[in-house]
Amino acid sequence: MPELTYREAVRDGLAAAMRDDDRVFVMGEDIAEMGGSMGVTQGLLDEFGPERVRNTPISEMAIVGAGIGAAMAGMRPVVEIMYEDFLTLSLEQIVNQAAKHRYMSGGQVTVPLTIRTQGGAGWSPGAQHAQQLEAWLVHIPGLKVAFPSTPEDVRGMLWTAIHDDNPVVFFEHRLLYPVKGPVPDELEPIPFGKARVLREGTDVTVIALGPLVHRTLEAAAKAEAEGISVEVIDPRTLQPLDEEALVASVKKTNRAVVAHEAVTRMGFGAEVAAVLQYQAFDYLDAPIERVGAKFAPLAFAPVMEQYVVPHAEDVLAAIKRTVGR
Amino acid sequence: MAKVERDTTVTEARLRDFLHDMLLIRRFEEKVEERFRAGELPGFLHVAIGQEAVAVGVCSAMEDGDIFASTHRAHGHTLARGSDPRRVMAELYGKVEGVSHGYGGSMHLYDVARGNFGANAVIGGGLPAVVGAGLAFKLRDEQRVAVAFFGDGATNIGTFHESLNLAQLWKTKTVFVCENNHWAESTPGWQHSPVWDDMSKRALAYDMRSLKVDGQDVEAVYEAALEALEHARSGEGPVFLDVQTYRMHGHYIGDPQVYRTKEDRQDAADHDPIPRLRDRLGLSDEELEAFDEEAHRVVDDALEFAKAATDPKPEDALKNVYA
Repeated sequence: MPELTYREAVRDGLAAAMRDDDRVFVMGEDIAEMGGSMGVTQGLLDEFGPERVRNTPISEMAIVGAGIGAAMAGMRPVVEIMYEDFLTLSLEQIVNQAAKHRYMSGGQVTVPLTIRTQGGAGWSPGAQHAQQLEAWLVHIPGLKVAFPSTPEDVRGMLWTAIHDDNPVVFFEHRLLYPVKGPVPDELEPIPFGKARVLREGTDVTVIALGPLVHRTLEAAAKAEAEGISVEVIDPRTLQPLDEEALVASVKKTNRAVVAHEAVTRMGFGAEVAAVLQYQAFDYLDAPIERVGAKFAPLAFAPVMEQYVVPHAEDVLAAIKRTVGR
Repeated sequence: MAKVERDTTVTEARLRDFLHDMLLIRRFEEKVEERFRAGELPGFLHVAIGQEAVAVGVCSAMEDGDIFASTHRAHGHTLARGSDPRRVMAELYGKVEGVSHGYGGSMHLYDVARGNFGANAVIGGGLPAVVGAGLAFKLRDEQRVAVAFFGDGATNIGTFHESLNLAQLWKTKTVFVCENNHWAESTPGWQHSPVWDDMSKRALAYDMRSLKVDGQDVEAVYEAALEALEHARSGEGPVFLDVQTYRMHGHYIGDPQVYRTKEDRQDAADHDPIPRLRDRLGLSDEELEAFDEEAHRVVDDALEFAKAATDPKPEDALKNVYA
């Protein structure tokens, strides 16, 4: 299998979809000549030209809203919101418009729109450039929400997002862009709603998102050295959610930890914990542990930022707490 | 600002069609008010009585394949574009036969077959999508136009400015129709905008072609809309219409309008577009009565249809969440 970085895998997925279908085009801030502030769209302008690789003004409402209208009119747009913090500017369009047109029309229209965005702490951007807001979007019926953690997944899931007839909010993570991983020779679409087991284990299940998948794998290796067998599952899509796979794993291990970089309080992990306690109540031997950011905005000073966000050690500590009970 | 050239291309037959449509909308909305006050209609509703010439003038100038996005005051646009009055009324009753199958209601009328891509209850919420649809038509080199209806109140929200900027920047096939009735709910134009009496100035800031139109003169609206649509259709760029109109009733049905003087309400009534068109056509009382009887007949039929229509199953609420 060839290796790609997560960044290259996103680009490869976009290019493949654009080659395959003229209805696919991309727009966003600084995505053309500059190739995006994360370098994801580099080279697309040369291959596809300015009609299909469109620099936009700094206008998040219009970027998403124009994507909605183009999608309703038969295109398959992929719009980029440079930082997920800026999703807040376009939330009206995402929540009231994209998510609801199909419903309010009684099924007459579809909105096949992909909204790519990225975020994540670990490089001291401060409080307005690193939030993890995926939980907000999962709360809205009508949206699909994806958060891939590996190059293979990000490529295959982006293809699926673009070809889905529903609006998809597609979360990427800043720190994952340089991460390398194997990908199939040919792009293989990865269906939504199918969790991936990244490591099998018997003592505890850790359900992790995005960068926490990697931190959890690190923690799992350390735990193994201490005789604890950890199963690591990445749901990959938050909506739809592969409840079956998560519940089956917890029924096997009898212990669960949920882990994400977003703030713990009201985070996606709270929903997963609720699903697990209800569907696997009789199987649980310990309270479900939650790992996430402490309840504070992200500070600029690296020591404060690092204090707030969760690390592999935090996951390891949570694993030990559940196993110790 | 370009001036609209008056010409004589609007035939008398077409003017009679306009009168037919305007009266239909007027009687439809009067009936809706009546049935709402009688407690038959769920939710809350907004009528556009006094603004019929805008809906009919613009929608009559549109072509098959053109699309539009409407507002919370959507009955007129929807009927003027040819949606079945029975199905529009059924939607207001929350019935399966309604244009949005009971999922939308008065503020979310959709009829994709007639180019209605949705009435929006968020002020300015539908504007960016109309830019995007106009972009799609341009990218595919289609001779279609996307039209946005909105009120003067919408010109203060961010989506308005972002949409005008993007549309002009990319020369999308879009027409912006500002139904300037000088009210943002209960707040008069002079309290919400420094350019309230000439919203076309907003377009100038984006270097967009703009026209100021007398919205009570259906012929003038039609001609301006034709010109705007042609301009947009040809790919020369979007056009902004500041259509000066009058809201004869309140913001919503039942609005006591405590914020409005008797003189202001009388002024609106004095600018009723229907008597004006009747005078333009030189119709006798009997001739007007014939139009009116037809409008009443269609509305009564729509009401009968809507009342006898099918209630959705409660569990249908879980359908159409995803495609």
